[in-house]
Amino acid sequence: MKLVALIDYLRNRLKTVVRVCFALLAVLELLDAVPAIVDKEHAHTWAEHVPGFWALWGFVGCAVLIVVSKWFGHLGIMTREDYYDE
Amino acid sequence: MSDLWLHPALILILGSVLIPLVPARLKKAYLFLIPVLVFARIVGMAKGTFGVVQFLDWTLTFGRVDALSAVFGYIMSLMCVVGTLYGLHVKDNAQHVAAWIYVAGSLGCIYAGDFITLFLFWELMAFSSVFLIWLRQRPESLGAGYRYLLVHVAGGVALLAGMVLHCKATGSWSFDAFNVQQPTLAAWLVLIGFILNAAVPPIHAWLPDAYGEATFNGSVFLCAFTTKTAVYALCRGFPGMEILVPLGVIMALYGVVYAVLENDCRRLLAYHIISQVGYMVAGVGLGTQMAINGACAHAFAHILYKGLLFMGCGAVLHMTGQSKFTELGGLYKKMPWTFVFTLIGGLSISAFPLFSGFVSKSMIVSAGFEEHKLWAGFLLMLASVGTFLHTGLKVPYFIWFGKNNCKKETWDRAAEPPWNMNAAMIAASALCIFIGCYTPYLYKMLPYPEAAGAYHPYTSYHVSETLQLLLFTAVGFFWLIKKLEPEPTISLDMDWFYRMGGRIFLALARKPIQLADNFVGEVYRLAGLIPLMISARLAGKFDNRVIDGAVDGLAELVCRIGNRLRFVQRGQMQESLAMAFVVAAVLIVVFLLSHNAFAR
Repeated sequence: MKLVALIDYLRNRLKTVVRVCFALLAVLELLDAVPAIVDKEHAHTWAEHVPGFWALWGFVGCAVLIVVSKWFGHLGIMTREDYYDE
Repeated sequence: MSDLWLHPALILILGSVLIPLVPARLKKAYLFLIPVLVFARIVGMAKGTFGVVQFLDWTLTFGRVDALSAVFGYIMSLMCVVGTLYGLHVKDNAQHVAAWIYVAGSLGCIYAGDFITLFLFWELMAFSSVFLIWLRQRPESLGAGYRYLLVHVAGGVALLAGMVLHCKATGSWSFDAFNVQQPTLAAWLVLIGFILNAAVPPIHAWLPDAYGEATFNGSVFLCAFTTKTAVYALCRGFPGMEILVPLGVIMALYGVVYAVLENDCRRLLAYHIISQVGYMVAGVGLGTQMAINGACAHAFAHILYKGLLFMGCGAVLHMTGQSKFTELGGLYKKMPWTFVFTLIGGLSISAFPLFSGFVSKSMIVSAGFEEHKLWAGFLLMLASVGTFLHTGLKVPYFIWFGKNNCKKETWDRAAEPPWNMNAAMIAASALCIFIGCYTPYLYKMLPYPEAAGAYHPYTSYHVSETLQLLLFTAVGFFWLIKKLEPEPTISLDMDWFYRMGGRIFLALARKPIQLADNFVGEVYRLAGLIPLMISARLAGKFDNRVIDGAVDGLAELVCRIGNRLRFVQRGQMQESLAMAFVVAAVLIVVFLLSHNAFAR
């Protein structure tokens, strides 16, 4: 099971993996800020010209979706599993 | 020559009828061969109108093959090959028969040129697909199947009413685009029939209810055909219908919100069907060439990656018997390849660059921005965040990593699935990546190939935008992962109304209706039965005294006359002869006298 070994290898070095990921994210944001590399000619709104706009949209959107959905769910939408049982 | 046109659905229907007769050792080969034949038939099909049949006063068109129906027919038959391969080892013939007839229904709808043919196949789909739910044979599946059927029959009635009104108004049964600027009542009714099958809220709850309860490979079929046939019908009938844009955006977000709450992985994926079909519905509502292309391309990509996701979760269900996050976890040690395939499906649905969703979903979002519907564009981007959050992150994480909630028997059962399930997942994964990497394959099939050719998904901005959006979603996911821990709950949805509505009806039936029934029974007894008895008694007396009296009296009279006559008739031959002669003589005399009198 080479695939399992690979996954275990990465899991055992989780801290390093996370660091590499954050470094890559930083590089992505830097590249986004360079007009010569990321050409924003086709952007439709001013907001999209702000470097890192979509990163913010993704991060905030994710947090909002989780928090709002869970709040909504705990209003009574989420209920016990045998709710419909007679 | 149209008589000789071989409908691909016919191959499937005949093929399904013969399944029980195929010897066991040839069955796998046969099950693989028939869908491949259907796919080959569709790939080799010329464009045009075929299979026109005159039936009573109607002209039925079974084969309208144009750019729109061709692309949908292609992907449906391709999915039939992959789906059948996935369930190749299933011994229950009924499941294969139901699945193929279901696909045949979908193909029939897609190539139908008139409403009658469309309706026929539309109902065939509903009535065959329900068996994919029932055949799981749990008590819950029986109920879910009946609810599924109930909702689809209601939608079918709306569709039927709409098409009859439409024919009355226009004098034609042909299925073409409606006037979306001034929709008539007929158009609204047909639209309701279509969007019910597309699972647009508030008439969407049948989908997670049914797809979470179907057999492990039944859901692979279900997730592809019903909703995407509806998307086809919307593309055909309602391009540019304004209301579909907000409805589509609501769908996209609704599915995402419910997916956060869901504890069953297949129900979570079902909510994401609603979300993804939302993009397509919004695309149809935008109605531009690019948007329609986008809706078709997204349907094409969606069928493959959603099929792949259902195959991955179906494999987990098949091998472990569990589909709830609270019963799973840490399975990467047991099913690593299933994890990889599901992840590929997750990356495709999330529209990662180099995966299929990237080249299809972005067309719809771009069309939204270009039509200056900025709110639609931004909200669809938010729905993309939710898509990656659940399907790309939550599903793989809580099944294959996360806290190991497996019971001992679940853990012991877990293993990689049989070869045919792996082969189907490999094929679907390869197609997802191929579509994402080589865009002309899909773009050349779209209804407006020129517009598609002019669209380039791989611009630096689009890649940067998508990567930022998705990767920072991942950051948010790991940041808030505590909040996402699965909870052993179910979520109430619109099906509450008819599930509890049924109970209210039953409670009504038990109490007030039964009371009313008793009351009516009592009134009937007092006002009806008692007078009836009295009148019957009177009639009896009347019968006894009057009628019997008259009859008896008459009989007595006859008896008395008979007694008198008895003495006259003594049986002496001579007397009798004498009397006969006397009577004859009297008669002759009377005759002669009267004759002479008349003669004179």
